[in-house]
Amino acid sequence: MASNEEILSGLAEIVNEETGLAPEAVELDKSFTEDLDIDSISMMTIVVNAEEKFGVRIPDEEVKNLKTVGDAVSFIAGAQA
Amino acid sequence: MTRKVVITGLGATTPIGGDVPTMWNNALKGVSGARTLEDDWVAKYELPVHFAARCSTPALDVLSRVEAKRMDPSTQFGVIAAREAWADSGITEFDKDRLAVAFATGIGGVWTLLDAWDTLKEKGPRRVLPMTVPMLMPNGVAAAVSLDLGARAGAHTPVSACASGTEALHLGLDLIRSGKADVVMCGGAEAAIHPMPLAAFASMQALSRRNDDPERASRPYDTARDGFVMGEGAGALVLEAEEHALARGARIYGELAGTSVTADAYHITAPDPEGLGATRALKAAMFDGRIQPEDVVHVNAHATSTPVGDKPEYTALRAALGNHVDNVAVSATKSQMGHLLGASGAVEAVLTVLAVYDRKAPVTINLENQDPEIPLDVVTSARDLPAGNIVALSNSFGFGGHNAVIAVRSV
Repeated sequence: MASNEEILSGLAEIVNEETGLAPEAVELDKSFTEDLDIDSISMMTIVVNAEEKFGVRIPDEEVKNLKTVGDAVSFIAGAQA
Repeated sequence: MTRKVVITGLGATTPIGGDVPTMWNNALKGVSGARTLEDDWVAKYELPVHFAARCSTPALDVLSRVEAKRMDPSTQFGVIAAREAWADSGITEFDKDRLAVAFATGIGGVWTLLDAWDTLKEKGPRRVLPMTVPMLMPNGVAAAVSLDLGARAGAHTPVSACASGTEALHLGLDLIRSGKADVVMCGGAEAAIHPMPLAAFASMQALSRRNDDPERASRPYDTARDGFVMGEGAGALVLEAEEHALARGARIYGELAGTSVTADAYHITAPDPEGLGATRALKAAMFDGRIQPEDVVHVNAHATSTPVGDKPEYTALRAALGNHVDNVAVSATKSQMGHLLGASGAVEAVLTVLAVYDRKAPVTINLENQDPEIPLDVVTSARDLPAGNIVALSNSFGFGGHNAVIAVRSV
């Protein structure tokens, strides 16, 4: 079980790997599309990498609800519980 | 009046140089880009061939990791070469609707395709990357170059195995002559040094097995030649309508005077032993460029170093040029960089253009005992080409019986 901080830093690594964005730019209130300029293809790659890293399943229909980094952290934390 | 087409920009990334100046310098010196492969998959799959000619500058030394992520390795090479050619052309202001792309590949995104298949088998469908299809499609390189430059007059991908790169120039010339574009980014890219294509080419006995001496394995015209050496990389050329180039005061390397494409309709892989299709291609390219045999001073030969392939090309050259072939300086540059498959015609076109521009023929290495059945005047140390109006030809032939020839004239 990862803490929210661990999930955030793990997600930041995944986003960095996919897009080159600095990990510290990946903050809870940032929107994936509006603030981080992540397109749907990168988002799918990030989701699948997050599933593997955190041992959770993020259903496709859930992905559209993950608007901010915080949404993703909460979902992953909930799915791990 | 046919529109005259000139070459104003060159780019390349190859086993003997990651850019055009490095490649050209090495091509005149005579070096080998072939090396033993250190990859664990060579032993794992017990490949019969342990070497290849990799690009001397890895793509990731030039592109950012993130940029490279959405491109198959073949597209990475193509984009690198195209950017160099574009910068070299000096074009800054242009009409995007009048810029086209003709960028070829022989095999396309084979790494992406096979990586995705491995991922599917090992990890399931969800792990197959969403960019897999646009990365593996053969037009991926033309599309990426078009996107990179903003070229909107069409992005084309001629596919004719090892003739692909030369066929891209044939298409590019036609696009400008017919008025569909004023500028065309032409080229070819290939990245197939992967265990499956190596196994497949070895299986058809096409590859050299000189595992103990990779640098001397590619030896066109030598009696001890035993197959080609797999290479990788890309070449790119900016073709431009002459009036467009003159209007902006461009540096002009030479004229793409004539091109042609023919098909053997003889055998799916074996060359016609009489070289009839290649002869027709040579004659057609010369007719297209209003070229007499006596105008030709240099040929960059297809010459892959296979036992069966090198001789029919000689037969065709003699048939097309007559006895004047004895006065022509012939270079087999695959001796240095191996066979770049669908990229080879584009890279060899860059070398042919530079030969005409600098008036120097590049070197054929590893020719120790010339096959007596191929009595060509082979350039084994860099040689000056004559002054005055000169023409050089470059041949490419591909599995499927494809023959493609370009003729470059000095300006």
